[in-house]
Amino acid sequence: MTLDIDAILTNPDKNIIVCTGSGGVGKTTTAAALGLRAAELGRNVCVLTIDPARRLAQAMGLTELDNTPRAVVGISNESNSNGSLSAMMLDMKRTFDEVVESHSDPERAEKILSNPFYQALSSSFAGTQEYMAMEKLGQLRAQSQWDLIIVDTPPSRNALDFLDAPARLGSFLDGRLIRIITAPARGAGRGIGRIAALGFGIFTNVLSKLLGAQVLADVGNFVADIDTTFGGFRERADATYALLKDAGTEFIVVAAPERDALREAAYFVERLNQDSMPLGGLILNRVQEVPETGLTQDQILAAAQKLTAEGQGPLTAALLELHAQRMEIKERQKHLAMRFTAAHPNVAVQPIPALAQDVNDLAGLRQIGEALANQGITW
Amino acid sequence: MRNWPEATLHVVTGKGGTGKTTIAAALAIALAKNGHRTILMEVEGRQGIAQLFDTPPLPYEERKIAVAPGGGEVWALAVDTEDALLDYLEMFYKLRRAGSALSKMGAVDFATTIAPGLGDVLLTGKACEVVKRKDKKQDNAYDYVILDAPPTGRITRFLNVNGEMSGLAKVGPIKSHADSVMAVIASDQTAIHLVTLLEEMPVQETLDGITELEENNLPVGGIFVNMTRPPQLDAAQRAMAIAGELPQQEIELDISQSGLAPTPQLMEALLSEASDHAERVDLEITELERLTQLSRPIIVLPLLPSGIDLGGLYELAAIMTASGIGGE
Repeated sequence: MTLDIDAILTNPDKNIIVCTGSGGVGKTTTAAALGLRAAELGRNVCVLTIDPARRLAQAMGLTELDNTPRAVVGISNESNSNGSLSAMMLDMKRTFDEVVESHSDPERAEKILSNPFYQALSSSFAGTQEYMAMEKLGQLRAQSQWDLIIVDTPPSRNALDFLDAPARLGSFLDGRLIRIITAPARGAGRGIGRIAALGFGIFTNVLSKLLGAQVLADVGNFVADIDTTFGGFRERADATYALLKDAGTEFIVVAAPERDALREAAYFVERLNQDSMPLGGLILNRVQEVPETGLTQDQILAAAQKLTAEGQGPLTAALLELHAQRMEIKERQKHLAMRFTAAHPNVAVQPIPALAQDVNDLAGLRQIGEALANQGITW
Repeated sequence: MRNWPEATLHVVTGKGGTGKTTIAAALAIALAKNGHRTILMEVEGRQGIAQLFDTPPLPYEERKIAVAPGGGEVWALAVDTEDALLDYLEMFYKLRRAGSALSKMGAVDFATTIAPGLGDVLLTGKACEVVKRKDKKQDNAYDYVILDAPPTGRITRFLNVNGEMSGLAKVGPIKSHADSVMAVIASDQTAIHLVTLLEEMPVQETLDGITELEENNLPVGGIFVNMTRPPQLDAAQRAMAIAGELPQQEIELDISQSGLAPTPQLMEALLSEASDHAERVDLEITELERLTQLSRPIIVLPLLPSGIDLGGLYELAAIMTASGIGGE
């Protein structure tokens, strides 16, 4: 099954595209290329990137991490459309600070922002980046300035973290443990029974030993300050999660033809299915293309060996060996891709040929955009 | 010349997709060569080692998973934070039973979530415990410990446990635990290796990662350049290939000699692939030069066309040996 990306990009009912996949497969570049193509097809697009390579960021005119969408200059309007492209890099700490500031009076906000636990939470916590990416997505969506938002997901340990981390962090911050542990004065365990209360007693004791009393005090203050102003973290995370299940959202899973990347992609596809989330298809980056010559790898290698054995045409022998190597790489990649397709026959797959050069300007992104939309790529 | 003669703990990091686990595994085989005992540890709960060696998921238990040329042994251990915390509670507080009750309540998860640094101290602490462990004859239980560590973006924070602990307990067992971990990690007992591809983004991340490690006085080891395409053409031939000036007639003649027919399809394929390959190799050379400027050992490993399987790991290990790693 092939993927018709232009049908997704030009569908006015689609306002969010989420690019996901494991690290190092070219998610950010894919998100940027999709954004440029959609803009040149007439959409008003905002690309939310998480951690772009410096030159890719420069290509889109992002010179600093300032948490605000910036217009990308150089969009072609050949097709006489009125598309536009903006791009931004997520600053998770600043996004979190803004959420706190907009939900509390200045005095309390100040107190929260200077709390050591909040500072750790907003800059280095596992899950904060995903939570803030979702938060930012919700904000951009609410601004209604863009009719298509393309999100590049954080480089998590696994792709499912983008879906799960916000809720996990949300329930942790809203959770019973954090409340009981951080408010021993309120009587650890009201309503949870004496035996459990005893358990919590040991737990608090062990925690103070491990972490020190100050950490627990900071957490306690944070929870108290947040409680009165902020409402539920979990609720916020759930609201954005609902946005992802909306029919206006489309997921694009990005992978490379490698075993680990395809395994991650498979997990993600299965999860989307299970949660009835809309999956556009799989983009398979960096596939090895090999022109068809009607010859087998063995025939090519035999010819190369014959030349080498006879001490003739070292250049030609090298070219033949290069060709045979590429055939072998392609075969292995196709084998992996076929295994994915066998397990997920309904997922549209779009192979993108490996480029000899890195992408670092709009022309390069445009070229990838064309490959993304090229339904004639035979691989 | 052998690299890092004193290092027992080899930490392997790299950007996602660069083959960090593969390199760690091949390094464990290379260092086990000629009768050594090595252990490969993973800390991220991904079961990457089991997948690579094609074994069932590893429990929290040291297991022998491979042998090395010349009678060496490779062992493996998958550590997770929860197990490491229970170990720690047992060791310092004799609290194993209470510990497992707490872990059922979700409390271990809670503690490591509140203080992410705690998890890192416990994981690096486990690695250091294995490094220091002695057997009955008071020899090192393992000659080398290879840690498949978190990616480059998080490695300094992961290893710099003293820095991480600054917000936590300033006295007591966990602090002395962190100090003893640091005494191993920030010494020449440790070598931190970075895995990269010869592409702009991973190379930049490697350069940034090394700067950050150096700023924190952590011992940087070597740079493992993975999945390179060995140049099939020399510099002059590459320039000709890119310019489209390879001697077509000569090549056609050679092909006829070789027993194949120089069809237009074959000629077109060979010439376009030559130009593509030349561009790619030139790019890789530029990126390699950026790394060479650091004056650190660089170990170059090829892209294996058949992919990474157990045989591939031994192939990579042999190249590491030839590049001055282990094998004495």
